[in-house]
Amino acid sequence: MSSNKYYLNYLDELESEAIYVLREVWAQFQNPVILFSGGKDSIVITHLAKKAFYPAKIPFPLMHVDTGHNFPETIKFRDDIIKELGVSLIVGSVQESIDDGRVAEEKGKNATRNALQITTLLDAIESNKVDCAIGGGRRDEEKARAKERFFSHRDDFGQWDPKNQRPELWNIFNGKYFEGEHFRAFPISNWTEMDVWNYIKRENIAIPSLYFAHEREVVWRQDAWIPNSEFLVLEDHEEVVTKKIRFRTLGDITITGGIESEADTLAKIADEVAGMRQTERGNRSDDKRSESAMEDRKRQGYF
Amino acid sequence: MLDNNQLLRFTTAGSVDDGKSTLIGRLLYDSKSIFEDQLQSIENTSKKKGHAGVDLALFTDGLRDEREQGITIDVAYRYFTTPKRKFIIADTPGHIQYTRNMVTGASTANVATILVDARHGVIEQTKRHAFIASLLNIPHVIVCVNKMDLVDYSEEVFNNIVSQFEEISSKMLIKDVRFIPMSALEGDNVVNRSKNMDWYQGSPMLNMLETMHISSDVNKVDARFPVQTVLRPQNDTHRDYRGYAGRVASGVLRVGDEITVMPSGFTSVIKGINLNDQQLSEAFAPQSVSIELEDDIDIGRGDMIVRSNNKPEASQDVEVMLCWLNNTAAKPRAKYTVKHTSNDQKAMIKDVVYKIDIESLNRVEGDDTLAMNDIAKVKIRTTKPLMIDSYRENRMTGSIILVDDTTNETVAAGMIV
Repeated sequence: MSSNKYYLNYLDELESEAIYVLREVWAQFQNPVILFSGGKDSIVITHLAKKAFYPAKIPFPLMHVDTGHNFPETIKFRDDIIKELGVSLIVGSVQESIDDGRVAEEKGKNATRNALQITTLLDAIESNKVDCAIGGGRRDEEKARAKERFFSHRDDFGQWDPKNQRPELWNIFNGKYFEGEHFRAFPISNWTEMDVWNYIKRENIAIPSLYFAHEREVVWRQDAWIPNSEFLVLEDHEEVVTKKIRFRTLGDITITGGIESEADTLAKIADEVAGMRQTERGNRSDDKRSESAMEDRKRQGYF
Repeated sequence: MLDNNQLLRFTTAGSVDDGKSTLIGRLLYDSKSIFEDQLQSIENTSKKKGHAGVDLALFTDGLRDEREQGITIDVAYRYFTTPKRKFIIADTPGHIQYTRNMVTGASTANVATILVDARHGVIEQTKRHAFIASLLNIPHVIVCVNKMDLVDYSEEVFNNIVSQFEEISSKMLIKDVRFIPMSALEGDNVVNRSKNMDWYQGSPMLNMLETMHISSDVNKVDARFPVQTVLRPQNDTHRDYRGYAGRVASGVLRVGDEITVMPSGFTSVIKGINLNDQQLSEAFAPQSVSIELEDDIDIGRGDMIVRSNNKPEASQDVEVMLCWLNNTAAKPRAKYTVKHTSNDQKAMIKDVVYKIDIESLNRVEGDDTLAMNDIAKVKIRTTKPLMIDSYRENRMTGSIILVDDTTNETVAAGMIV
């Protein structure tokens, strides 16, 4: 037996690290939840949680912040996975936050409900007494996220202070907090988009059909194919066309841009991602608003 | 990417002037890890700032304050992949006031890269970076002698810097040091071999990172399994299942091994090792698994499963090299929570044996204040025993952090002597 065989490949090491983080969350917090958007990253987190606690079921609920502007496919996928795993679901509704006067809809042609989610998320965290919200955020996504900790502290207003974070050394995580504060935990911090796809392919994880190439009615807006939906307000010059597209990320249907693609299997998607020359958030108009768009939203309590 | 590719973590320490950001930008750019929209955005900013060409250093820009002030405040993590390996860079600021960030970045690194400006040679800062790499026991160090283009690619200048560095590192415990003459700005010996330095026979930096042997960086000898949590599904298919969940900190554990649970001292035999629904015959660091034992014994978080013939020391008196990480200085004989593997205990700093003067690296006795960025040898007393190994032998079971219970902040990191 050579000692050479005692090393992990990069995917196994990332998996092992994420499982470790999920178990630390369970051990250090009273009432954690997984933030579940129906996107690939939160699906991978859920898969990792299944592995971390097997043969017990996932010991915490999934929490979905529902903008009301959903892809119908995402909602069906969410409901199916809840049933399959036997875990409970908490929904925070942006529509209810609007109806209750907690937030007001943005105005103008590029109005979205993206920023409104912050209030709904923080309200749901508070009313459900959640002390740790587990997210699928990755450090490779965006420059503000590159500074995130695995265990990330939020003050009693739900705010992130990037200049005053707790140092995180070795694999020792400090999840201590005072009443009213909470944590965000990011088990796949060290994964890249490519790692996520390679892992989904290797583990053969079910993902919503939206990630595979399919025919869809779309509009060309802000350098991406935005899906036509009941929520989209068309400009005079805009034309609805049918294209074969797929989505690299999933968010609010009004701002998630698709790319033209023929990739209709996990293997083809992984190949396509490997050859990509644009970042995945390049198709998200929420990040295009300014250089600090993500940092500003994160400071306020965004995912 | 191949299935057997490994993950390598490295830190970059240096200040803005050393060309650290340019080096990282060069690595990412020449290894084609930069996306077009990122490049476009950098080109626009370069133009706005009036730079000629693309300023590679802008790739590592982070938070708004960092962009405005042109400094790195906090550790930033960056990622790139080649056909041979996946890399994680912990990009840490090099200024003296940021010792805490260097220590943080170094704690998980396989490799420390230390930048030296060829025009200035080894300076105080280089010494400090080498000392931290040694203190944190980083297995490999690469000294990047940068800006060779500004010294006419001179072999003599390079050789002088090599001897200067060897003189200081000979007094430290650094196992594997390598030197590369480079120009990050011009791209010499970063990803591509330099055409200007035929006298250098070694590899460019990327090739070195892709090929160095890192499997031995993890302790594979002393089996240590800190228990994170206990899995008891109590469902119909697994009514009697009781699994101890954790990540192997070091060594190898096999089904059939005779084990001891620390600190209780109970003994048993490993009945099964599981990862999800897979049954494994053995588990090694850093795998996350769950372990079943032959006997029903009382085990919980904070306990450690070890092989009966190779145990860590159980001790309430621990000597550590401590790095203070907080703005609030240590209070004499104040109580803290010490976190060690999955174990939390109350602890008191009993004595400051000596402090290290970070400029001269000399020991200073008789000064027992501990302020931000101070490094000192201290004696700690805990309320219950910790199961410890020396940090030199075992990074995972030899490390602690201290948490201030009045603020909940992580105030210090310690390496057990």
